[in-house]
Amino acid sequence: MTDRRHDISQPLTSIIRNGLLIQNPIFVLGLGLCSALAVTARVTNALAMGIGVMCISILSSLIASLISSVTHGRVRLPVYMLIISTLVICFDRVLQAWYPVVSDQMGPYVGLIITNCIILSRMETVAARSRAWEAVSDAFAVSAGYMLSLVAIAMVRELLAFGTVVGFHVMGEGWQPWAVMAMSPGSFIILAIFVWITRSCVTVKEDI
Amino acid sequence: MNLAVIFFAAIVTNNIVLIYFLGICPFVSVSKDIETALGMGMAVTAVMVGTVAINWPVQYFILEPFDAQYLQYAVFIIIIAALVQIVELVVDRYFTVLYEMVGVFLPLITVNCSILGVILFSMIRGYSYIQSLVFACGCGVGWVVAIVAMAAIRRKLRFAVIPQPLQGIGITMIIAALMAMGFLGFSGWISL
Repeated sequence: MTDRRHDISQPLTSIIRNGLLIQNPIFVLGLGLCSALAVTARVTNALAMGIGVMCISILSSLIASLISSVTHGRVRLPVYMLIISTLVICFDRVLQAWYPVVSDQMGPYVGLIITNCIILSRMETVAARSRAWEAVSDAFAVSAGYMLSLVAIAMVRELLAFGTVVGFHVMGEGWQPWAVMAMSPGSFIILAIFVWITRSCVTVKEDI
Repeated sequence: MNLAVIFFAAIVTNNIVLIYFLGICPFVSVSKDIETALGMGMAVTAVMVGTVAINWPVQYFILEPFDAQYLQYAVFIIIIAALVQIVELVVDRYFTVLYEMVGVFLPLITVNCSILGVILFSMIRGYSYIQSLVFACGCGVGWVVAIVAMAAIRRKLRFAVIPQPLQGIGITMIIAALMAMGFLGFSGWISL
């Protein structure tokens, strides 16, 4: 794994550039891969997941930064898990009430936001030792990178698997759906191609 | 539903890593060495079965009678965290060699999505207690099979020339895709 620690005193623009490209959570750091693979068969699901992770990440980083003076040592992780799972419960309820179709399609993957490593790693590496404003902007940048990556993967997969983008038919009448793209092998391959492209632009030091 | 079908489907056609993408992070980071992968896989299986054994009664005998299903996620994750602590202590005390190999990764089992995923899947599908336990065993075995196979393949890759940007996550994803295709090939034989 690469060193995820930021130089905390950097300006906002570089925090955002970091989150979107240099420290892109999925393609560069390899965090949150489970959800990136699982919910990207349709753009709407990817967007819902991205928005959920963004809200939860921003709020939990904010809380972690505000309570950093009382949480240290062994209590820190359990406290963080509780904060995240409370926020996930709220998000799950909102999704079920307003978008029941999306909620059904995502199934257990909404609850699995709790174990999304991006949120925890942001709280642990940045939020716990920086001021509230910096914690929020960092969480925003990284989760925005996550959401854009998810939507990018979903665009390609939905186009190839169903011939649609966000539910609109864009391919002509003769389009033959490419079923494997909706299933897991397609997901792995598209992700691998995105990782390949991103890492050709950004040099990564890693020991995996 | 037939227990054998649940068990084998969880290993092959509904493999938790390759088909449901749960537990991908350790699948990528711990699959460099076969023995470590096997140790990690067994620890994950133990936690998985233990989690289901405890969380199923908690859900149906405590949360539902008190109408507190909304607490499900929070309660489950606390129980998983406690269980991981216990497994870590046991491994540290009795399997010192294993602890040196996978010690760093053990606390990470808490945030291994496959554990939470297994219990959530058995809730959503409405499995009985026995069915849930069998399902958890099957998922654990499926996870071990997948990660050990991946570690074995990656050992051969040490001598392969891979484009630099594709090393690490990239090539692992491509191998996983090929493995997933192989596992899906069984779907005519067993399917849920």
